[in-house]
Amino acid sequence: MPTALKHFADTYLMWNEGYLIWISDALIVLTVIGIVGALTYLKKWRWLWDNWLTTVDHKKIGIMYLIAALLMFFRGGVDALLLRTQLAQPGEHFLDAEHYDQIFTTHGTIMILFMAMPFLFALFNIVVPLQIGARDVAFPYLNAISFWLFFFGAMLFNLSFVFGGSPDAGWTSYPPLTELGFDPGPGENYYLLGVQISGIGSIATGINFIATILKMRAPGMKLMRMPLFTWSTLGSCLIIIFAFPALSVSLALLMLDRVVGTHFFTMMHGGNPMMFINLFWVWGHPEVYIVVLPAFGVYSEVVATFTRKRIFGYSSMVASLMLITVISYFVWAHHFFTMGAGADVNTFFAVASMAVGIPTGVKVFNWLFTMFRGRIRVTLPMLWTLGFIPNFAIGGATGVMLAAAPGDYQYHNSYFLIAHFHQMLIGGVVNGMLAGMYYWWPKMFGFRLNERLGKWAFWIFNIGFYICFLPQYALGFEGMQRRMYTYPTDMGWGSLNFVSTIGAYLMGVGFLFIVWQVLYSLFHMERDTTGDPWDARTLEWSLPSPVPHYNFAVIPTITERDVWWAAKQRGTTDLLTPSAEDIQAIHMPKNSGRPFLMGFAFFVAGFGFVFNWYILAVIGLAGVALCMILRALEDQDEYVIPVEEVRETESALGRL
Amino acid sequence: MSGQLWRRLRSVFLVAGTSILFATGCGSKYFVLHPAGPVAQKELHVIEWSAILTLIVIVPTLVLLAVIVWRYRDKPGNKARYTPEWSESKKLEFVWWGIPILIIAILGAYTGKVTFALTQPPQKDAKPITIYVTSLDWKWLFQYPGQKVATVNYVEIPTGVPVNFELTSDAPMNSFWVPSLGGQEYTMPGMATRLWLEADKGGTYYGHGANFTGKGFADMSFSVIATSQSQFNQWVSQVKAASPALTKATYQKLKQPSTVGKISYSSFPPNLFNDTIWAEGGQYMQNAMPSNSSTVATPTNGAMSGMAGMNQDQKDAK
Repeated sequence: MPTALKHFADTYLMWNEGYLIWISDALIVLTVIGIVGALTYLKKWRWLWDNWLTTVDHKKIGIMYLIAALLMFFRGGVDALLLRTQLAQPGEHFLDAEHYDQIFTTHGTIMILFMAMPFLFALFNIVVPLQIGARDVAFPYLNAISFWLFFFGAMLFNLSFVFGGSPDAGWTSYPPLTELGFDPGPGENYYLLGVQISGIGSIATGINFIATILKMRAPGMKLMRMPLFTWSTLGSCLIIIFAFPALSVSLALLMLDRVVGTHFFTMMHGGNPMMFINLFWVWGHPEVYIVVLPAFGVYSEVVATFTRKRIFGYSSMVASLMLITVISYFVWAHHFFTMGAGADVNTFFAVASMAVGIPTGVKVFNWLFTMFRGRIRVTLPMLWTLGFIPNFAIGGATGVMLAAAPGDYQYHNSYFLIAHFHQMLIGGVVNGMLAGMYYWWPKMFGFRLNERLGKWAFWIFNIGFYICFLPQYALGFEGMQRRMYTYPTDMGWGSLNFVSTIGAYLMGVGFLFIVWQVLYSLFHMERDTTGDPWDARTLEWSLPSPVPHYNFAVIPTITERDVWWAAKQRGTTDLLTPSAEDIQAIHMPKNSGRPFLMGFAFFVAGFGFVFNWYILAVIGLAGVALCMILRALEDQDEYVIPVEEVRETESALGRL
Repeated sequence: MSGQLWRRLRSVFLVAGTSILFATGCGSKYFVLHPAGPVAQKELHVIEWSAILTLIVIVPTLVLLAVIVWRYRDKPGNKARYTPEWSESKKLEFVWWGIPILIIAILGAYTGKVTFALTQPPQKDAKPITIYVTSLDWKWLFQYPGQKVATVNYVEIPTGVPVNFELTSDAPMNSFWVPSLGGQEYTMPGMATRLWLEADKGGTYYGHGANFTGKGFADMSFSVIATSQSQFNQWVSQVKAASPALTKATYQKLKQPSTVGKISYSSFPPNLFNDTIWAEGGQYMQNAMPSNSSTVATPTNGAMSGMAGMNQDQKDAK
């Protein structure tokens, strides 16, 4: 018996692998005990189930996405610090090759798919229905399913660290390295299934928000009156529904190779690994625009609000968003200029990739000229937006440099590339998501975050960023490749790497300041009683903070762009607030536990497939099917909020 | 004179962009910035021009940002103009749609020109030499079809001679990169790709796999040793005289995942490179392979038309 136990501990719990695993195990056990204990002690189980796990309210789902994104930001960040610690000096033995490989794989996968994606879904959910005057998204039940598929996909992926082993072939997961012959462990299966499950949720989110934006707008909210964040969401979701299926297909085919023994991407029997690489980037490059367009949307809202000025060149902004949406499909091969395609192919993709720089540059100038002759208030959202511009200028320049194919032959897979995409994804996306979080935080929670701590966080994080990544451009010119777990002393890469590691730690400290800021603000709340703490422009700021669960007691009629600002200027804000006699009973979707259970069933099925435990997989899939059947048989999924209740709520908020 | 000044200016621009922050400066370790051959030189040109052209947009942007944020900050008593409703200007928008389009057009045309040029031998005057490169787990095998010798983890080349590297892999995909001589190309199982490089001057150049291949990836470095033609010939005869042969059995052993040092072989099994590619029904990338220098014999298996042989046939047919 003890030998069997030891076998289990070594094979699945990996207790022979050293202290990182033990610490993680201990932390997980303590966290679980802490959460379960607190919920039991405070008698909050019922509250958790009724208010959160079963909710279909877009605002609560948005908040859950936000919490998940921040937790994953922490996990991905710890991964990054482990990597940078290992690289701080030549010949370091802090991590061995296998652990380093696993950690850079989980870092990349988590940051893109389980941090950036939920972060922007958080903002979609919280903001879009409020901006367009809707009471929820088009398909609230599906929205809950999307969240729980993301959540359980992320859980499955994260579980790999302490149960069975993490994937170790990079977040791009190129075959044949990821085929069974080279990578037999369960780690790669975890990657394939975790990403697959959350990817299904992402596609559903894309469909949901396109439907919401096209069909659920308040009367008078014409397309060209929509706030730019909503426009950017539309662009992003259009890319999602065209790009994510390519990812699903490529992951599914690779999964078949590994589980059933097909030869789509193997080296044998005519398998073609290049096909995976193409499919992966047919999703992978548009994915970059999926995450960056919403950030552009945030900047547009923030800049207009904090300069007290109309956004400059609105139609140009819409045009450039849509242009980027389209061009994003024609650039994927720039991820492998070095794969031996002809000069004609490379030239086409080089020029298309450079062309993306044109609408993007236009956006930057439009933001600048929105500030021009405005009155700039440097609040936290504005600070992150201003920090974004130099980042994006440098990242955009290096992007155009990378797009020039002959240059790319030298940059490809070097630290120059690493520095470039971190500059875009951190300086572009993370800055945008944080700006959005600070901007809409009062709308979500009804209080503002402490500015002083936030400014500390901003400066430490941003200075850390430059210290971390500028040296990496230079390391690229010195010939250092990505994904090397260590490097010899005589290459002379030591000093720049050391500087870079210091920068990474500063970014970590910056993140801790954000955590401190949130905790501090919870205890020293600056309540927002106005609903419009920033003196903002768009419709969501006409609502109280936090927003009642039905959003709008009476759906307003929209007469122009920046409707709330215009109403404030004319003194006609009462047209946008409800009057008692207009209030009618409101139909709202019912809560349901099934999305949660369905996510869990997917988790069970995925877990079964990871270890080829097919009985478990079948049980999980049966659970999924059962949830779908029960949903199909459901007649009553709505309830009515009576007029009196709406009136009571509104007058308690002082709006009647 | 002015050309030289211009060249200096360009490198100053480039270096300033990346190395302001660090004291290490621009030593000879910056392989990419100190090309040792015509291919890397062409690529550096593209790098420099793309940097300069993007700076035309970047510098005004950053200056504007600083000026605007300072001038229009929200301070009581700020006398700068405030026009909350001003939000359209066809003229201005024309400028910043127009200038980037112009820049991209210039850079795009230049990029295309160089991309096409790089598929050709770096010079027409010297007869090229062909070297077969196979990436293995986790080592590099080089075969000289002309000289009939083979090496592991180092490759000798004559200076001033275009080198036609034909690349494949008998392991997960890798990428063959010698930054001092020029950019990289993937090595992929079941197919061959081509990379032209050339060294102007003698020296030992750093090379490394650039695409991740698992546990031993960090050890996949190799040296490229460029010497004069006569020294190269001398080296060949020395290897032929003093080294063991690479047999099919040794190759099978070499293929196993491991890291090794530098090895030389006096001969290798004929068609080893082709057989590696065709072992599982490979495919040759004809598009990328202008056929002027392939010296490979047709593969042993008559049923498959040979990779390089096929190119030759097509040429003959024309």
